[in-house]
Amino acid sequence: MAVELDVFVGNTTIMDEEVYQLWLDGYTVNDAVRARMEGGVLDEFDATADVLLSDTMDQYRTFQMCERLLHSPAKLANQLLFQIPPHRQTMLIERYYAFDDVFVREVLGKKLSKGTKKDLDDISAKTGVTLKSCRRQFDNFKRIFKVVEELKGPLVENIRQHFLLSDKLARDYAAIVFFANNRFETGKKKLQYITFQDFAFCAGQLINNWTVGAVGEGLCKTKNNMVEDMDVDLDKEFLQELKELKVLITDKDLLDQHKSLVCTALRGKTKAFNEMEANFKNLSRGLVNIATKLTNTKDVRDFFIDLVEKFIEPCRSDRWTAADVKLYLTHYTNSAHILDTFKHQVVWDRYMGVIKSCIFKMYHD
Amino acid sequence: MPGKLKAKIVAGRHLPVMDRASDLTDAFVEVKFGNTTFKTDVCPKSLNPQWNSEWFKFEVDDEDLQDEPLQITVLDHDTYSANDAIGKVYIDIDPLLCTEAASIISGWFPIYDTIHGIRGEINVLVKVELFNDLNRFRQSSCGVKFFCTTSIPYSYRAVMVHGFVEELVVNEDPEYQWIDRIRTPRASNEARQRLISLMSGELQRKIGLKVLEMGGNAVVGYLQCFDLEGESGLVVRAIGTACTLEKFSSGSASITCPHPSTAPPSNACNSPKDGKELVFGEELPLSSGPPTPFRALPSSSSSPPPFSPSKPCSRQSSSSDTDLSLTPKTEEPLSVRRRPGIFLCPSSPILSADTLSLPGSGPAGCGHGSAHRATTPALPFSTQSDSALLRKSVSFTEDLLLAASGMGSGGSAGKEAGPLKTLLRQQTQTTLEQRGASSSGLLLNAREFPFFTLTSFPPGFLVHVGGVVSARSVKLLDRIHNPDEPETRDAWWEEIRQEIKSHAKALGCHAVVGYSENTSICEEVCILSASGTAAILNPRYMREGCLDVGSIDHRFDDPSPPNCGFCHIPYDELNMPFPAQLAYCYQCRRQKVPDVLFTTIDLPAEAAVTGKGCLIQARLCRLKKKAQGEVNATAISNLLPFMEYELHTQLMNKLKLRSMNALFGLHIQISVGENMLLGLASATGVYLTALPAPGGIQIAGKTPGDLNNEQHVAAIQKRINDAIAKNKELYQINPPELTDEGVGSPIPEPRQRSRIFRSHSESSDELSELDLSHGKKDAFVLEIDDTDAVEDIHSLLTDAPPPAGFHSCSTETMPGIYNWTSGIQMFTSVRVLRLNNTNLTNQGLNKIFTDLCENLLKSFYFKLRSTVPCCLCHLNFTVAVPEEELVQVSVTAVAMTFDKDQNQEKPPEKATTKGGSETEDQLQFPLELSADSSSTSPQPSKISGVAENTIVSTRAVSVDYGSFADRCSTWLELLRLKAHTIRRGSVKTSRRTQSLAHSVSSLEHCSPLPEGRSRSLCSSRSFGVGSVTMVKMTPLSFLPGTRIIKYLGIINMFFIRETTSLREEGGVSGFLHSFIAEVFAMVRAHVAALGGNAVVSYSMKDCVLMENPNKNQAQCLINVSGDAVICVRETDQEQTTNTGQTCGTIDGAT
Repeated sequence: MAVELDVFVGNTTIMDEEVYQLWLDGYTVNDAVRARMEGGVLDEFDATADVLLSDTMDQYRTFQMCERLLHSPAKLANQLLFQIPPHRQTMLIERYYAFDDVFVREVLGKKLSKGTKKDLDDISAKTGVTLKSCRRQFDNFKRIFKVVEELKGPLVENIRQHFLLSDKLARDYAAIVFFANNRFETGKKKLQYITFQDFAFCAGQLINNWTVGAVGEGLCKTKNNMVEDMDVDLDKEFLQELKELKVLITDKDLLDQHKSLVCTALRGKTKAFNEMEANFKNLSRGLVNIATKLTNTKDVRDFFIDLVEKFIEPCRSDRWTAADVKLYLTHYTNSAHILDTFKHQVVWDRYMGVIKSCIFKMYHD
Repeated sequence: MPGKLKAKIVAGRHLPVMDRASDLTDAFVEVKFGNTTFKTDVCPKSLNPQWNSEWFKFEVDDEDLQDEPLQITVLDHDTYSANDAIGKVYIDIDPLLCTEAASIISGWFPIYDTIHGIRGEINVLVKVELFNDLNRFRQSSCGVKFFCTTSIPYSYRAVMVHGFVEELVVNEDPEYQWIDRIRTPRASNEARQRLISLMSGELQRKIGLKVLEMGGNAVVGYLQCFDLEGESGLVVRAIGTACTLEKFSSGSASITCPHPSTAPPSNACNSPKDGKELVFGEELPLSSGPPTPFRALPSSSSSPPPFSPSKPCSRQSSSSDTDLSLTPKTEEPLSVRRRPGIFLCPSSPILSADTLSLPGSGPAGCGHGSAHRATTPALPFSTQSDSALLRKSVSFTEDLLLAASGMGSGGSAGKEAGPLKTLLRQQTQTTLEQRGASSSGLLLNAREFPFFTLTSFPPGFLVHVGGVVSARSVKLLDRIHNPDEPETRDAWWEEIRQEIKSHAKALGCHAVVGYSENTSICEEVCILSASGTAAILNPRYMREGCLDVGSIDHRFDDPSPPNCGFCHIPYDELNMPFPAQLAYCYQCRRQKVPDVLFTTIDLPAEAAVTGKGCLIQARLCRLKKKAQGEVNATAISNLLPFMEYELHTQLMNKLKLRSMNALFGLHIQISVGENMLLGLASATGVYLTALPAPGGIQIAGKTPGDLNNEQHVAAIQKRINDAIAKNKELYQINPPELTDEGVGSPIPEPRQRSRIFRSHSESSDELSELDLSHGKKDAFVLEIDDTDAVEDIHSLLTDAPPPAGFHSCSTETMPGIYNWTSGIQMFTSVRVLRLNNTNLTNQGLNKIFTDLCENLLKSFYFKLRSTVPCCLCHLNFTVAVPEEELVQVSVTAVAMTFDKDQNQEKPPEKATTKGGSETEDQLQFPLELSADSSSTSPQPSKISGVAENTIVSTRAVSVDYGSFADRCSTWLELLRLKAHTIRRGSVKTSRRTQSLAHSVSSLEHCSPLPEGRSRSLCSSRSFGVGSVTMVKMTPLSFLPGTRIIKYLGIINMFFIRETTSLREEGGVSGFLHSFIAEVFAMVRAHVAALGGNAVVSYSMKDCVLMENPNKNQAQCLINVSGDAVICVRETDQEQTTNTGQTCGTIDGAT
């Protein structure tokens, strides 16, 4: 005696959020049943394991049938197969595209290719996220990457419109796409302490300030409204201009002048003053060098590792507090404006604005 | 006469990729009707093609319009090879043929392929221009309305119930034709789908013709079934109840209206209204409408002269609703409703004049005079027709007399004829107002079979209920040689119906209500079953009886004495058809009632119930030897009586165990398989206040001397007693304590107490009438004589009650729950069990089967746990034995939420529920009657009434000249307006992109309608870009918290799905799951395209699944039906109306 067939179909599709999550997390039906039993559904509601199994199977089937639609969320709204109230649709999409930070941290900056996909089992083992869930998340990244790649216009907006995601999630995906596109190195040991959210923040800064799209809405709109990949690629012109910043470290006078201005401003305001004074030239060289090298794709990839090596690590070894870093960078940036021979104020601001906020984010006490 | 069918193909979306190379599709569409085919251009390389075709026009006979579906095929153009079919859409255009239903079909339809399922969607527009058919010999029956609903549909009033209509058509099953060997599965499936669609169209048309012949304009309780007889063919049969219905447009609206007004002139020449008017003989000479077949009919038997008065009243209400706001349906309207009764305005104003000359007796003057004067201002006219009218009524009543005596033949005939005669005499001799009263009338025709597929009735219709009558017969199928002469099948059914009729007669009843027929086929054996409830119908009689009851019953202190009449025995006490224990009715104490009552109908709205009801099921398996042909048939027919007997025993025991005394909505199904028979009986048990309290169950040991045994027996007895006590509490059954002496019931000697329950001595012949025969003792004795009996008792006790917060019933609503909220969730569930164990015993099988059903219920409760408190209504179980060793149970039901806090209190709320509103719709007649009779003297009152009416009517005439259709379109307009506002609201929603969570909430705010419902109704259409109309589905005839404002037509669809990649689709479960979801989607799409937002009386008639996992194949056939409707929230409607009135305050309202 065996149940050969067992289905339950509601006119309004019944979906249990808890089971959905288990499904998304890649639980097998049996694991899901176990998890639910441990979760205590049976206690609240007098039911047997059979009932739970049957319910879980039904739900899993429903989700599997829905999955195709979730791949292009816009379809979910006007498909006819499942009658799902709009707020449930939103929930389904949002959850489907949600990802684990630990997982995304692993693939961040990697090429979203078959090769990477093959490594997913390692990542799964490392992060504890089930392989199935890893695949879903990876495929989501790839799908969004592919769709957005072909679209013009602002990245976040495109993601939001095509995948009907919340603002937060759309921004995170924008970061992922941005990292994947520029292939930023994030896997080095030195970078391990930086969380995905830190990186996402930095990506946001870069997208908003250093890309073609960022040059400003004003500029772009007057010209050819939509530049391809305007949010995904860094602004080449800007990167060229960054080379001009080199004067800050090559011109000895300028460097000394800059140092004295910064030190004057900092004196007495921090315990780490001595270290700051001592390290000023090193740190300044580090930051300016990063700027000047950004025309090389290779160096772009190393952007974050450079920041860590050239700035964050020295500071940390001198036990600067986050406040110290903030203070230092603020004065460091502002003092450059007072240098009368330094002519590249605009570029400097555009550069340092991002560097400053990235370092703040990446500098963990 | 021809009609012109026009179709336009607008666009497609989500098409599948047909060209692997480009990942795109070059789609075009073929539109076919009859033998004419049109094609659109190819829309190259697109998955979302825009064809925007011209209007394709088909000029066709209306006969074809009724039979044929519009067939739309989407194909992928291929330059070099044959074009690949993507899928098809069949559109039944029947709803467009009825002026009162939909006027256009427009919307997105899923493109369906029998192999691949839904593959994208297509947007289609369909219209019909129909020319009126003047030919009396026509073969079409356009305009006859069909309803699956088994009660008088909302916003309609039955002017007359003509009676039973049935028809069947047969054909060869394409699946079994020789050609099937060479064609693809797809072609075969499509041939079958098309054939069945044609056959059901034809069937509907033929039934429509019969209805027209009878003088009706609608079929209510239309029940269509397919018998897949395999080799021997395909039978499509249908039964229904022919009625003359009349639209009362939103009834409650009229009530607050102080102006009863004259009717709007009917200008739509094809309007059924015209047809109806013509039914009334008196109009003939005057009618300005085009002639219709009605006129040509000899009106003798079916002409309903007495009913003309009712028409004005409906008119009145309909007209008034346009100029006035609505009040919710409550009792208050009832009183106002009386007015229509008095206010006799003949159907068309022109006619009213004739009333003057009416040679009627005194009292007639009252109603009549007022009518006359009311209309006079509008029109002056000829007098003569009135005599015609009266003459008609006389002749009619004679017919009725005949009918009555014919029906009540046998012992009860005299008794029955008595009241009828009185009624008739009154009708003929007295007055118009009485005619008004009798127009509640619903009159029986002298028909061959006085059967009614209705399960719930206007109050007053049902006089007495005798009990369940059923008949089964086992037939051997043979090939249908000539499809045009389906005599054999007809004869079979004829036979069964005769039997039912005679059973009813034996119960002293002249009619059968809640009648249904079904079949179970296995190989060449077919079990035909029919069942219903024997009853006596007569509004008039009912009315009087109840008045008596009311006056005597005062000491019960019931504000409104409940009607208990239907419980009273219809048969002669001294000459009972079977032994039953009678008692005086516990409510009126004047009439006898049986101790137990089984019926197939819904609980009458007026019935008084103690506590709550519950689902009661009896389940039974019987093994049988495999055999062929006649031997097999004989074996089966030998088993049947025993099965019925045991099912009844189980039902009775379970009923007693729950301390209840009546079953409603009883449905017994016996399914035949190769090596077993399955029986499943479902019903809703209740405690009818009018019936005596059920006795307990006594356990008796076979060998009294054995001490051990006795202890065992005592233990079981205790468990049973405990269970009964617990159930009493659970279902809140606390009947008023009445001593038997007080009731004065002559309880017979307990001589039969010791009857052994499991005896097989009953002759099987009796069985079909057996139902009540168990009722002869007040305590059941279950004798434990063998292990079987022990098992039985155990199974009795293992039926788990639903978990807290849940209720379940097989009827439309749960007796004892009245305050439904609007949340509903319809579902279909199918479970198939494979019995691997080859040597099973009956007992083992029973256990398995019982567990299967119980587990299904448990699953439902679990899945729907978030909706508590809720009730699973209309739990409809269907069992089948698709193959040897397989047991299939399919269930369709709806979970409805209700408000827990108030569920104790009763009636005022009731008005909002179905029962209530029905009362309101139809009660008017009894009330009118009382109004009439109270004012029998009434010269003075007449005058005042007249004055009022006069003023009002003139005014109304000027206001309300819209035809019904117009009004409907206004409704649509309003809905659309409403949708607009919401769309305006959802502009905010489009900001969703900015902040999702926020937008959702803002949406909620800007939507004028609270939560869920708002989405599902008007709003959903406009919800964001390209979103889909929410369509509610329910097996019930109503949606709680809403009001049905329009019936758009019947949905009757048949689908086949087949797969050759079963594993890839997730096994049988995956396959069926997606198929059912697809069927739902297609039903919803059709309803939405008709402009509707809900399906009521939805049912899945067939779900035939065949699988062959080894070959990785499966095939499934599903047949569904229901009524497409537009409904609006009850509170909303007021709003809408108001808005409509003030034309532009919509923003305010929203």
